[in-house]
Order: sequence, then C-alpha cells, then structure tokens
Amino acid sequence: MHKFLIRSFVSSLVLLFTLTVAAVAKDVKAAFVYIGPTGDHGWTYQHDVGRKAVEDAGFKTTYVEGVPESADAERVLRQLANSGHDIIFTTSFGYMNPTNKVAKEFPNVKFEHATGYKREHPNVATYAARFYEGRTILGTIAGTMTKSNVIGYVASFPIPEVIRGINSFTLAAQKVNPNIKTKIVWAFTWYDPGKEAEAAKALIDQGADVIAQHTDSTAIVQMAEKAGVYAFGQASDMDKFAPKAVLTSVENNWGPYYVDRVKAVANGTWSQKDTWHGIGDGMVVISGLDSQMPSDLQAKVKKLQADLASGKVHSFTGPIYDQKGNLMVAEGKTADDGMLAGMMTYVKGVEGDIPK
Amino acid sequence: MIKIVKRDQPSKAIFFFTPVLAIFLTLIAGGIIFFILGFKPIEALKFFFIVPIADKYGFSELLLKATPLCLIAIGLSFCFKSNNWNIGAEGQLTFGAIVSGGVALLFYDQEGFYILPIVILAGAIGGMIYASIPAILKTYFNTNEILVSLMLVYVSKLILDYLVVGPWSNPEGFNFPETRQFSDSARLPLLFEGLRIHAGIFLALAAVVISWFVFYKTYLGFQMKVSGFSLKTAKYAGYKGKKMIILVFLISGACAGLAGVGEITGPIGQLHREVSPDYGFTAIIVAFLGRLHPVGIIFASLVVAITYLGAETAQIFMQIPKYTGQVFQGMILFFLLASDYLLFFKFKFIGSKK
Repeated sequence: MHKFLIRSFVSSLVLLFTLTVAAVAKDVKAAFVYIGPTGDHGWTYQHDVGRKAVEDAGFKTTYVEGVPESADAERVLRQLANSGHDIIFTTSFGYMNPTNKVAKEFPNVKFEHATGYKREHPNVATYAARFYEGRTILGTIAGTMTKSNVIGYVASFPIPEVIRGINSFTLAAQKVNPNIKTKIVWAFTWYDPGKEAEAAKALIDQGADVIAQHTDSTAIVQMAEKAGVYAFGQASDMDKFAPKAVLTSVENNWGPYYVDRVKAVANGTWSQKDTWHGIGDGMVVISGLDSQMPSDLQAKVKKLQADLASGKVHSFTGPIYDQKGNLMVAEGKTADDGMLAGMMTYVKGVEGDIPK
Repeated sequence: MIKIVKRDQPSKAIFFFTPVLAIFLTLIAGGIIFFILGFKPIEALKFFFIVPIADKYGFSELLLKATPLCLIAIGLSFCFKSNNWNIGAEGQLTFGAIVSGGVALLFYDQEGFYILPIVILAGAIGGMIYASIPAILKTYFNTNEILVSLMLVYVSKLILDYLVVGPWSNPEGFNFPETRQFSDSARLPLLFEGLRIHAGIFLALAAVVISWFVFYKTYLGFQMKVSGFSLKTAKYAGYKGKKMIILVFLISGACAGLAGVGEITGPIGQLHREVSPDYGFTAIIVAFLGRLHPVGIIFASLVVAITYLGAETAQIFMQIPKYTGQVFQGMILFFLLASDYLLFFKFKFIGSKK
C-alpha cells in the first residue's frame, strides 16, 4: 500500500511535469509581419509556407499581410507584442527601424528581422539567406542553355542583395560560356506583375533567350513561356505557371529556421544572432530540374549544388574583375561576408551601369 | 406604387445626411461580406471599429492616422470647391517630404530650436512647388490638371527612390535604401510620453480653422464657390480665374507637403522609399465624404483612419484578410456617390395627396 502510494505520487508528479512542459511549449505564440499578400507566390508566400511549418510543429501563429514600411509598421508590431506573442518575425528590410524601436519597449518579446543589419537590443536577431548561391546554379544553367549569348535579368532595386545576385549569376554563366552578356532591366519594384512583364518583354526584344529575375511575381516566367524563351522561378517553385519556360526555381525555405527559433523560445534557449544560411543549411533550395536540360548539364548542376552545400565551391572565387577591369577578388581567394554584404559594383560581363 | 421625381432644388438636409447613410450602408455591406467569408459579422465589425480605439494608445494611433488625411483633404477641398481636379496630392506630399527631408539631413548632426521651423517650411514650399506645375500648365497651356497632377505622383516617387538609393542614402547603412535618421531637433515633438501622436495635429487643426474662415468669410471663398457652380458665371462676374487656380493649387500643395513633413519628422524620423501609404489618394475619399466642409472633413478623416486600424486588428485577432480595409474605403465612396442620387431625386408614393 505504502509503495503503491509513493509510486502513484511519483508517477503523478512525472505526469504533471510532462503536462506543464507540454503546456509551456504549446503556449509560445509566433507572429509574422508580411510586406505583400500571402498569395504573391513569391517572397511573402514563402514566408507564409514557413509560418505553416511552425503551426505544424504545434505552435500558434498569427500573421498580418500587406503592412507598409511607412509609419504603420510600428503600430502593427506594437499591437502584436502587446497581444501575447512571444516571437515576432518581420520579413522585410524596411521594418528594420520599427523592429528595433518596438523591441526596446518589449524586452520579453523576441524579434527576428529578415535581411537587416541592426541588432540594437538583446532581443533582436537578424536572418537572411545566401540566395546568391542559388543564382550561381541559375547562371550555370543559363550560360549553357543560351543560344543568342544574351541573358536577360529583371532586377528590382540597386541594393547589395540584388547586385550580388546579378554578379553571382553572371560569374557562373561566364564560367561555362565566356561569350555571354547579362542585360539588366531595373523594374524598381519587388512586386508589380505589369511592370515585370514589360521588363521581360523588353529583354526578349533585345535578343535575350534566357530570363532571370529578382522580382517576386510569376509574370516574367509567364511572359517567357509566351515568347518561347527560358526562365527561372523566383522564391517559390514556379514551374506550374510556365512549364516549358521554367528550367528550375530557387526556393526560399524559411520553415526549418522558423521552427528552430520558435522552439528555442519555448525551451528558453533563444539568443540573439545573425544568421546567413545558404544551400548547405537548406534555407536555399533548388527545385526539380527541367527535362529539357541535357543530362550532362543536370549532372553538373547536381554536383555544383553539393559542392556549394559543402563549401567546396564558393560563388565568389577569384579572380574576379569589375566592369573596368579592376581586380575585385584575387586568384584563389574568395569574397568575405563583409564584401558580399556591401557589394555595389558589377563584375565584368554585366552590361550597363548601376542606377545611381 | 412608388414614383421617382426630380427635386426642384438639391436638398440641403440630404446633402449632409448622405455621408452618414453611406457609412451605415458600408457597415451593413461589410457585415454581409464578413458573413460570406465565414466570420461572425457583429464580432468582426467590433474588431474593426471598436477594439482598435478602445484604449488610450489606440485613440492616439487614430489621431496619428487621421492627421495627414485631414490636412490633405482640407487642402484638396480648396481645389475641388473651385472646380480644379487636383488628383496628385500624393505627389505633392512626397515632394514636400523630399524637400523637408533634404533640409533635415543638412542638420543631421546639429541641434537647435530653429531647425524644426525651417524643416516644416521647406515641406510646405516643396508641396507648393510641386502643385504649381499642374496649375501653371493648366492656366497658361490649357492642359488637363487631372492627368498632369496624377502623372507627377509617379515622378515624385521615382525621385524619392533615386535619392534614398543614391546620393542621400545613409553612408553607414550598407547601401540600403534609406537616409540617416534626423536629429531630435528636426522631429515634431510628441504630445504624450509613450504615445506617437505629435504636434503635427495642430497643423491639421489650424488648417481646419483657416479653411473655414476662407470658405465662408472671405471674397476668395465666394469666388471659389461661384467658380465651382459655373465657370461661365465666374468669368461674367469678372473674376480673375487664372490667379485663383494657381492660388488653390498652392494651398492644396502646401497642405499635402505639410502632411509629408508630419510623417517623416513625426513617426518615421528619416526618409525611405515608403513615406506614405497613399494618403494623398485616400484623402480624396475623405474630402468628398466630408462634403468639402472643414468640420465634415474632420469626421471623415476619423472614419477613414479607423478602416486602416480596424483592418490590422481584425487580421491579428480574427485572421480576416487585411485588404478588407481597402474594400471598406471603396465601399464608403461607392455608397456616397450612389446615395447622392437622393440629392436630386425623391421617391413619391402614388396615391398620397402630395
């Protein structure tokens, strides 16, 4: 009897403990602030896929879409922090200052800001993905598949993230085909199907037979499909929007990181850090390769993907020259993260000037 | 049987009643939309229109949001009353923000009481310069001010893009598209600790008082009214139309420019690509909902401001898509225009004596 009592007491304690732990874990609430609509099939859509992964891991989530980077962002953040959310992901660069400002007022809430560099308070972390690694793969494919040796590139804004992508893409394309030229059209938007389609059209009219993009809508791949040229999906697998044109897509895969960070909050192990993950950590994913690509190219791409993941190959390995022929990275060296983060010059082979 | 009869004269009572009717119909239609989307209508409307302003902070946010809307709409009412269709307040706001932001950046490492007045003045002048373009083109070259002012909106946004990406970008900002933060002396003072409502609200209130005085107590106001009813009459009466056109555009531009100053020296504190979430366009709805009357515009700006806040709250607490806020703004304008029918027509029951 005595033994039984002790045993039941211990087991109930254990039960109580597990219940409490489970309850604590379930109680963590995560919020996501989006710049666009969740249905953009690009940037915001992929963040929302990441959010759903957090839900599937057993946590409650909230999101607010279409939050302008104006004075409104701060209010939305404060409201989320005020309504019982433990961790808030702010998924656009323009939220940087509001994120840090609100973080100061809510030291118990964790803030994760995507693509920024300010971590002014211990409860602010930053994260971004090495998309340029994906663009090394796209460049390799584009350089091989082009017949006109003119590759079109629809760019959004002249900021380091975009310049880095153009350079990484061009370097890889040159490596397999030294004669290629990358033509850029600046759309000055992240998401505007009309403008993006026009930009793609302009590039196709100038003889481009492969189009890459650093904007978020599916308009470009659809335009490429109509014109009978190749294209690459951006942010999500866009194959279904243009099955003939899309050779592959670079997917932004935020889910694992989000689940990791929310779990860290639940376990009390969350700490401030700056994350910049690439193919190796699975934040950048290459979609299935189109069967129009010859099998030796497919094999080459698979190998390159593995080498980028393991670190054996770096997207920016010297010698790299800028447009004027000045050496940017010496032979045998690779560009460091500082150089990548502030990159504002084109490499040789890119046509035109960066708008200034 | 009901018959529709034209009124002899537009009804004054109905003139001020239709905005209320429009808001009421919007609430009903909104409730139906919520119901179709699968949300409880009453609860959704509560999160939309009551919860956001239920506390001190929410109320301050409402005033913060209504301030630029009210200021711009007051300015626009000068134009609209006198038959000048200035659709480009968003551009005048942006250009005002550019000029005042540029001045604020000159003083980025300085403090001093004189900085803020210069920055504010610069914003008003910026808005006026930008509004003078469609005004001058209209008076001297007979261009259509709707097209010119609207197109200039996109020009102003591209100028802002160029500046924050290029010459004005923060030298310590890793080439990201934003300027330095302004110094504290270039910021509008906050009215209460911990709330974002700032001194810019006094600019809006001053605009309300001044516009009321001009509209109803001055010769200019009378000229505007006559021109609004009939340009031919105004010409016959010998009014100097050109001067008035330029003047109302300048006033309108100054107000929009000041709204831009309020955003960048108030809650934002720097220049970046997105200074205004299209306040200049939304203010057109506000101006008409307020019947181009200064007091009406105050109420209208509060009503429209709450659709922004409500959309956020409804998404956070009920997962209602945030874009419903814009649907509400559209519906208000739609119902207002539709119910204006009642201004000119009335229903008559056949068989009754009258």
